[in-house]
Amino acid sequence: MHDSTIAQLAEALRARRISAVELTRHFLDRIARHDPALNAFITVTEDEALRAAEAADRRLASGDASALTGIPIAHKDIFCTEGVKTSCGSRMLDNFVSPYDATAVERLKAAGMVMLGKTNMDEFAMGSSNETSWYGPVKNPWDTTRVPGGSSGGSAAAVAARLAPAATGTDTGGSIRQPAALSGVTGIKPTYGRVSRYGMVAFASSLDQAGVFAATAEDAALVLEAMAGFDPRDSTSLDEPVPPYAAEIETPWERLKIGVPKNFFDEGLDPAYAEAVRAALAEIEKLGADLVTLDLEYLHLSVPTYYVVAPAEASSNLARFDGVRYGYRSPGAEQLDLVTFYKRNRAEGFGAEVKRRILIGTYVLSAGYYDAYYLKAQRVRKLISEDFARAFREVDLLAGPTTPTPAFGLGQKTNDPIQMYLNDIYTIGANLAGLPAMSIPCGFVDNLPVGLQLIGPPLAESRLLKTAHYFQKATDWHRRVPPGYE
Amino acid sequence: MDWEIVIGLEIHTQLATRSKIFSGASTEYGAPPNTQASLVDLGYPGVLPVLNREAVVMAIKFGLATGCTIARRSIFARKNYFYPDLPKGYQISQYELPIVYGGKLDIVLDDGTVKTIGITRAHLEEDAGKSLHEDFHGLTGIDLNRAGTPLIEIVSEPDMRSPAEAGAYMRKIHTLVRYLGISDGNMQEGSFRCDANVSVRRRGEKAFGTRTEIKNLNSFRFVEKAIEVEAERQIDVLESGGRIVQETRLYDPDRNETRPMRTKEEANDYRYFPDPDLLPLVVDDALIEEIRATLPELPDAKRERFMREYDLPAYDASILTGQRPLADYFEAVVKATKARPKAAANWVLGELMGALNKSGLEIGESKVGADQLAALLDRIEDGTISGKIAKEVFEALWNEGGTVAEVIESRGLVQITDRAAIEALVDTVVDAFPEQVQQYKSGKTQVLGFLVGQVMKASRGKANPQQVNEVLRARLDSSD
Repeated sequence: MHDSTIAQLAEALRARRISAVELTRHFLDRIARHDPALNAFITVTEDEALRAAEAADRRLASGDASALTGIPIAHKDIFCTEGVKTSCGSRMLDNFVSPYDATAVERLKAAGMVMLGKTNMDEFAMGSSNETSWYGPVKNPWDTTRVPGGSSGGSAAAVAARLAPAATGTDTGGSIRQPAALSGVTGIKPTYGRVSRYGMVAFASSLDQAGVFAATAEDAALVLEAMAGFDPRDSTSLDEPVPPYAAEIETPWERLKIGVPKNFFDEGLDPAYAEAVRAALAEIEKLGADLVTLDLEYLHLSVPTYYVVAPAEASSNLARFDGVRYGYRSPGAEQLDLVTFYKRNRAEGFGAEVKRRILIGTYVLSAGYYDAYYLKAQRVRKLISEDFARAFREVDLLAGPTTPTPAFGLGQKTNDPIQMYLNDIYTIGANLAGLPAMSIPCGFVDNLPVGLQLIGPPLAESRLLKTAHYFQKATDWHRRVPPGYE
Repeated sequence: MDWEIVIGLEIHTQLATRSKIFSGASTEYGAPPNTQASLVDLGYPGVLPVLNREAVVMAIKFGLATGCTIARRSIFARKNYFYPDLPKGYQISQYELPIVYGGKLDIVLDDGTVKTIGITRAHLEEDAGKSLHEDFHGLTGIDLNRAGTPLIEIVSEPDMRSPAEAGAYMRKIHTLVRYLGISDGNMQEGSFRCDANVSVRRRGEKAFGTRTEIKNLNSFRFVEKAIEVEAERQIDVLESGGRIVQETRLYDPDRNETRPMRTKEEANDYRYFPDPDLLPLVVDDALIEEIRATLPELPDAKRERFMREYDLPAYDASILTGQRPLADYFEAVVKATKARPKAAANWVLGELMGALNKSGLEIGESKVGADQLAALLDRIEDGTISGKIAKEVFEALWNEGGTVAEVIESRGLVQITDRAAIEALVDTVVDAFPEQVQQYKSGKTQVLGFLVGQVMKASRGKANPQQVNEVLRARLDSSD
């Protein structure tokens, strides 16, 4: 069952060849068998999942089912889930049980999807390797000595190991696309505002965007369609109708002009990785596309710009975690003076990377530094957006590598934050410009997956998914399953 | 040495919206702690603010009423600081681009001169919760019912030069926000409070002195007193060769002194930046015009109209228009009575205000309605009762209710104008006070007042005093 697509599973459910309970049981069993080696889940919600599956079966029997009713899914632990621990990968929220569902969760629940559990992640989504989690690192199913990418590492690994047919993720600087590439799955980050941020624990509000991991673009399209849409509870959500992605990706191919940014293939890119990406581009060319080389003038400024904007917003977003109303409180701290109370709670509740970013963010917003850092970063951000806008006047999509290298070893970059940050060099631009982007498997280097990144103009999700879908119809990289998880 | 005080005020006014500025929770005052705080107000993980349009409309009303420019695009910013009653660790406010700016307001000083005070800006923001330091045995309780209540902070130019001017300005703003219906202005409940920036300089100097800020003044009297003692303190410091430290101070009304709270060096760096959760607030001309059309007649215009239309002195008109419900009451009386508006004003400002003050009631809670007061004035006008009796009727209406007609009827208070009846009363008094009658006749005519009083007393106040006077005089002058 776990090697079927969501569309196939849905068909089997509707035909009553399998029940939602059987399907859920199957994935719960896989989690129980494989997750101890991967650590992809922080919480497995077995009882809730089986109850939801029973409800899905009733819905299926009554004929009142959606395309996703009875399909299991895992949620990144950044999404608030009513009655279920929502830790955000942090000790700070280890004791936090959310009293409400995030909009994305609520919509997928309404569609009848069955939540299997909450996936591991870098603490507060800050990381590119899933090593900053309070719950320990996630292992890459292709090689458990390596990282799965981050911050949505648990979701990527769970889908790669076929522990869930799909998983939600969030992407602030590449946190869906980078782990999708490193773990060999399909991941899409839609246009900023396409999926409501309500109920997603905020990291950097102007960059955060929820998206989906799945084995195929077709599956991702089905789930995204159900998640996306305007939400009056999120003022930044886009009040635009959601196209039927799953139907639109099946429309006949139309010739595309695809821009390949020169600087996506600079010296930072692993040569073998580059080769795999170029081969994939040639494949797309064969589908019917014109490749044009172009330049994104300010791309090299995206990482420094991001590491001003994102920590600035994070330093403020994470101020609410003070141990007053919920979350971690240092034992006995309430007996101390107020400042010590805060210091203890936050010093013990947050990990090193989170603290580093709060410090950077606090610094760049401080009187005397604001103009030099925050304001300048905002100006550069605008230049980067204009760079992309200019490109999209010429081309339909941009394509290139998702990351500079395949999955790196656990612990390899933990002492060198700059090297870690540079892992997101190709993904961050789309966040700064609010553009939809995705990563799809396109080859292997030393038995490790390679990701092809596609970036589109605002609201071009259908075009991205359709390109990925046609590519996947012509290739089988996305069908490869890590050894031992077949 | 001759010193000049320079004052600017920042007035925080809670807006009278039904729900909070960024959440759907109620803003009702006085609910049990933390029962009116939604997940948004509590700063839960993942929640987001959604702007309350009503608060925007109210802020624009204020801007239009004070001649401010209405920003077509304004920005919400985060003011970051840690405090337990600030759940998110930041307050959503407006910083660089406030919703309204560049207005002015006229105040009338005690000597009748009019002074214009500049309004720098008024911006929208959310209120914090409350820290309760009592009743928790060394711990602090937090009540987040107030968190997220909409405020406008109205910042004046440093245009005031005395505590009295500051008081007049604050009162005027208070009157205005209540006229506009955008705030209940309740100072006990903290709906209307003020920070005062105070500095002094030698008269004739151009540059401002170093200022201090006195925080959280919640009555007109405290504002005036606090500024007064703070200015005295600053003058003392400067005259004894010291210098003023820029700092935040608190006013202690019990000891009538200000005390330092924190210095500039200790001040928070609020790290303002645009709130990425909220889009820029865009206001178009159509909305502004729509709001302008709903503005009521404003205090200044009403005051002038009262002077013109009702021929009232400036003093009466000022007080009557000081509160919109009072002005409405007055106009209702004028409309319903045949008496002159000045007579109505005298009654409203005299008996009515006296009774309200005595029982601590607002005009809206008056126990004598405008219709009854109008009827009372008519009965004086048509001679049914005297002014003195009218006061008795008013008191009865206030204490026991009923109508003017009922009170006059049941108490038999109709004025005695029957000449024979008055003559009979006069006869009795003349018989009862032969000594005084003798005095009158011997030329001490000032004793007449005493005798009139006795006749009035005998009539239990109901005799028409003018007639009594005539009859008595005729009786004393004619007899031999």
